[in-house]
Amino acid sequence: MKQWFKSGDPWIWLIGGAVSISVIMVVGLLLLIGVRGLGHFWQPPIVQTTFHDQGQQEVVLGSIRQVETVTAQTVREAGFEVPEDQDLVTRYLFHLGNRDLTGRDFQWFIGDFLDEFEYPESAIMLERREWGNFFGHLVSIKEDGEVVAEGEAAFSELQSRLRRSNDLMGETVRIERYDIGRINRAIEMERLEQRRIELNDSLSSEERAQRIAQSEAEVARLNQEYQVLFDELQELRSVARRDALVARTSDGREVTIVLADVVRATRANTMSIGQKVQEYGARFWAFMTGYPREANTEGGIFPAIFGTVMMVFIMSIVVTPFGVLAAIYLREYAKQGPVTRIVRISVNNLAGVPSIVFGVFGLGFFVYFLGGNIDALFYPERLPAPTFGSPGLIWASLTLALLTLPVVIVSTEEGLTRIPKAMREGSLALGATKAETLWKVIVPVSTPAMMTGLILAVARAAGEVAPLMLVGVVKLAPNLPVDGQFPFVHLERRIMHLGFHIYDVGFQSPNAEAARPLVYATALVLVGLILILNLSAIAIRNRLRERYKSAGD
Amino acid sequence: MVSVAGYGVVFSLALIFIFLFIEVVPLLRNASLGTTVSYQNPGSEAPNLYIASERYQEAAVRFAEDGSVVFFNPTDGRLLQDHTVNLGDGNVVSSASGEPRTRLVAYGLDNGRAAVVRHEYDLTYPDDVRLVTPRLSLPLDADTVEIDPQGSPLNVIAVQEGGTGIAVGAATADGRLLLTRYTSRRSFLTGETEFVRSSYELPPPPAAPTRILIDITMRILLVGDAQGFLHYYDISNPAQAQLRDSVRVMQDDAASVTAMEYLLGTVSVIVGGSDGSVAQYFLVRDEDNIGRITRIREFRQHPGMITAIFPEFGRKGFLVGDAAGNLGLHYGTSASTLFIKQVSDQPIVNVALTPRNDGVLWTDGTGQIHYASLWNRHPESSFSALWNKVWYEGRSAPDYVWQSSSATDEFEPKFSLVPLSVGTLKAAFYAMLFAMPLAIFGAIYTAYFMSPKMRGLVKPTIEVMEALPTVILGFLAGLWMAPFIESHLPAAFSIFVLLPLFMLLTAFAWSKAPGALRHLIPAGWEAAILIPVVLFTGWLCVTMSPLVEIWFFDGSMRQWFTDVGITYDQRNAMVVGIAMGFAVIPTIFSIAEDAVFNVPKHLTQGSLALGATPWQTVVGVVILTASPGIFSAVMIGFGRAVGETMIVLMATGNSPVVNFNIFEGMRTLSANIAVEMPEAAVGGSHYRLLFLAALVLFGFTFILNTIAEVVRQRLRAKYSSL
Repeated sequence: MKQWFKSGDPWIWLIGGAVSISVIMVVGLLLLIGVRGLGHFWQPPIVQTTFHDQGQQEVVLGSIRQVETVTAQTVREAGFEVPEDQDLVTRYLFHLGNRDLTGRDFQWFIGDFLDEFEYPESAIMLERREWGNFFGHLVSIKEDGEVVAEGEAAFSELQSRLRRSNDLMGETVRIERYDIGRINRAIEMERLEQRRIELNDSLSSEERAQRIAQSEAEVARLNQEYQVLFDELQELRSVARRDALVARTSDGREVTIVLADVVRATRANTMSIGQKVQEYGARFWAFMTGYPREANTEGGIFPAIFGTVMMVFIMSIVVTPFGVLAAIYLREYAKQGPVTRIVRISVNNLAGVPSIVFGVFGLGFFVYFLGGNIDALFYPERLPAPTFGSPGLIWASLTLALLTLPVVIVSTEEGLTRIPKAMREGSLALGATKAETLWKVIVPVSTPAMMTGLILAVARAAGEVAPLMLVGVVKLAPNLPVDGQFPFVHLERRIMHLGFHIYDVGFQSPNAEAARPLVYATALVLVGLILILNLSAIAIRNRLRERYKSAGD
Repeated sequence: MVSVAGYGVVFSLALIFIFLFIEVVPLLRNASLGTTVSYQNPGSEAPNLYIASERYQEAAVRFAEDGSVVFFNPTDGRLLQDHTVNLGDGNVVSSASGEPRTRLVAYGLDNGRAAVVRHEYDLTYPDDVRLVTPRLSLPLDADTVEIDPQGSPLNVIAVQEGGTGIAVGAATADGRLLLTRYTSRRSFLTGETEFVRSSYELPPPPAAPTRILIDITMRILLVGDAQGFLHYYDISNPAQAQLRDSVRVMQDDAASVTAMEYLLGTVSVIVGGSDGSVAQYFLVRDEDNIGRITRIREFRQHPGMITAIFPEFGRKGFLVGDAAGNLGLHYGTSASTLFIKQVSDQPIVNVALTPRNDGVLWTDGTGQIHYASLWNRHPESSFSALWNKVWYEGRSAPDYVWQSSSATDEFEPKFSLVPLSVGTLKAAFYAMLFAMPLAIFGAIYTAYFMSPKMRGLVKPTIEVMEALPTVILGFLAGLWMAPFIESHLPAAFSIFVLLPLFMLLTAFAWSKAPGALRHLIPAGWEAAILIPVVLFTGWLCVTMSPLVEIWFFDGSMRQWFTDVGITYDQRNAMVVGIAMGFAVIPTIFSIAEDAVFNVPKHLTQGSLALGATPWQTVVGVVILTASPGIFSAVMIGFGRAVGETMIVLMATGNSPVVNFNIFEGMRTLSANIAVEMPEAAVGGSHYRLLFLAALVLFGFTFILNTIAEVVRQRLRAKYSSL
């Protein structure tokens, strides 16, 4: 034993254990996000059981979210009577839904007080536009208050009528978001036009009055157009509210729910695996392409994905040339000496500066200084409401470009270093000038290295949140930064962002428990995106190394 | 073109630094007075009792002894309006003002009556140009009101307006102390406000009062007297008002209280003495919950007797005038004297600040009014206010507090950087405690012992670890790990003991295992063998956790903590340490691994050839040679931990506490910036202090990174020379 310790082997094992722990943590974390995130879309069975406590009974209907074993003591402290000789208790977290009726969306139940679990076939789960999910038993379908289907036929009738109401609701959303939005913006443009005319000193007063009258007429026409659309919208809404369903809740109440308020309905306990997979796909698709609802805690994350992609895209346009040129300067152009040393130290420091400092700088310099001056110069008619002088897409992108600059430089420089000497010398020997060698041979050959740098920069930017909270990301942006309105790309608009979405929904939302699966799903999307980017960057880099290893020999 | 990009990098870094610095500089700038404008008293010739200005410095007002109230332009002395208060048959013997923002002025007359008037300013925008129209109003709907039914002259008077109405306090010539309250009540029938008058006589003070103050809650009445004492009357129930406390506020035995004024919010009182001393007092509750007049801090002494004090609007500063012709500007919270400046060879009589604290008015014995603009944007920040314990209003003792904003106007901002700095170091410390062993040991193993094939798997894993967004780590730490650890506390502790133990057991078992099995897996795969062991240990700890709680902690370790008296927050330093450690591990790992891997082979081979075991070689040669590299890895990791924002933001309660308790949370500089920056008013002291925090972070990481970089460059040079 003593001999064994003396040999040092146990210590080697111990420090090896450090690697095992690290690897397990990474893999475990990815698995945790993967399982929880993907689980969000899977339809769990709907459980019905009875809860007994001190002579009282209550029928419980819902899906089980979590099961855990706790000590009896903890439960006793919470006010439940558990037999003295019992040490451990299993408890179940039920998703009961029906927030509007009972006020309890989620509730823990202690396993000892629950009857056997049943899986009633008539149980349905409704995903609603408001008030979260509904659990109950389907009774009948009504059209304008008349029962049209009951019993077994009701569910298929429900599905077909749900398709109709969803189509109609989609139409109303389209009118609200695009047509009415367009008119509102046009009216706003007219208001600004009038202000511009007032600010324009070169106009005579008659000219001014005439132009303003013109603009007023345009506003009146737009208002008329708005009225037409508004009427159409009201009409659509009332048509969409034709159908309703009647359902019985677990406590026996009969509730009428208008189909226009329902997004999807599932009869979880009768679904086959195939149907569940189909449902899974549909939900996943709705999540990726839909807009958020209910303070972001439900619905989809499309604006967040779109915002992240836009921001990263604009950032790439800025950072790639800057970073690549800086790397070329460091490796190919400049004479190695004090200047390059300073540049290198700057690059390293830029990489080490905390990201929040970039945010503070971006807010002070880009937003208030640059943005404020742009507003004063080009948008005087909108003041004091800021245009570029408030956080927005362009400033977020520029801040992140600065943040990711070192990533691009380091990676490009590494690529340039790996180019075999023979290639350079060959080019020079054939009579090419130094500049020709650089731009025609070295830069094209090192493109994959630049790609690697860019991919890594994109991955870094996509995951960064702290600086963005200051320079342009909001919890809910009413409009995407790209739309059909001139000038089509709105660089001054605020955007939604996947990382900030996670922070906001997970930590700032009123109903954190209900939102949690959605946060996991969002986290999964973000981690997936970053993993793919990073792994592809690693793959490109490794291939590059292999190629030049052989070329260098 | 290409070089531009190269210099651009340096430029960007310099720009960040310079810009942050420029934003911080005004904090360090001292207050200064502009050039003085002087003009004769506009209107009546009578001496001034009180002067004040309006927000935009377009109108100011002087209250003269003969009852005339003159509005004039403060910057050039142009007369705007001339009013006279109808004083009846009385003559003015005393005057006082309420808090400056109430704009109330009271005259005490020689017939026991008082006049209360208010100077007001109406803002209109004809043709989009601001027009300020001053006017005088009578808040009590009467020219004069009766204070002393016996008709004795009101030698000292005080007025204050609070949420419930107006109070007038007075000391009569025959030595009585009177309090009259006018409680406003809205009539149900007419909707008009009417006043209910109630008057009280308070116990007489031991010596002749020189100054009386009433606070806006109408609970405290302070009397300063000629013998240098300050008396505190509890008037929350005026019919049974009592003298609660009397304290001598003058250090000098011969000195008397010559000026006394409440600071904004009427909690702190500034007492000026005939000896030129200026000190701040407020009531601090003792063990019996009785307020005691407590000397909080003193300011630089003036050369002459203090004649006038004027509190700042919206802040806790004040302007002082003395008999030697000096103006002094002081700030309460930061205990700083911003300047004492001689402006006249005559005694100063009245002083006033404009509501935006950007202009000063004063009068001296010459019958002139003087005006000067004032730059005093950031008096709140001084070295002692940021780094020392400060006694804030309403607290029982000096303390380090960060509390930047509140709902009320009277709030005293508390800008101590100590809790934030301690929080930052605490978070970084626990993160390093978790990350350093794992990362450094892992790096040494990976670089020196691990088989190349496994290395090809481990290194990308670590890179993925580095790429994981911190928002994900923070979210998991806050929403998953924090509750999990709270409900599995025994597991969290036992795993730290059991893991190394089980690893050693496995190692021992492996050394005793039959050769066939040992040859199945070659050396360099120890880490892979340990993976199931680690998993098993983790599972075991979690499963045993409730049982351990039952056996040793009466069923709940969380409850046990409370019983023993340990504060336990769900989101605490341990959670942050693990989550941030996770974020820091890859940084340290890759740099340290690089340093160890590049230790020249002939050194290690020489050591092995001389008969050292691999472990001896590692300890004696490899770690020693690579130690500068490991050091710079730790530096860079530490820099990252200090600046990390999202994890701390999400995995702690963000409460600015000053302790190193592992079971409590913290608030770091970076998280504080993220939380407060969007709400800070641009250009304000709070905004600039957040820039200062950013600059501190920048500077700190700059130093760490530069040290690390220099150390690495020297190490590289050493390796190439070996």
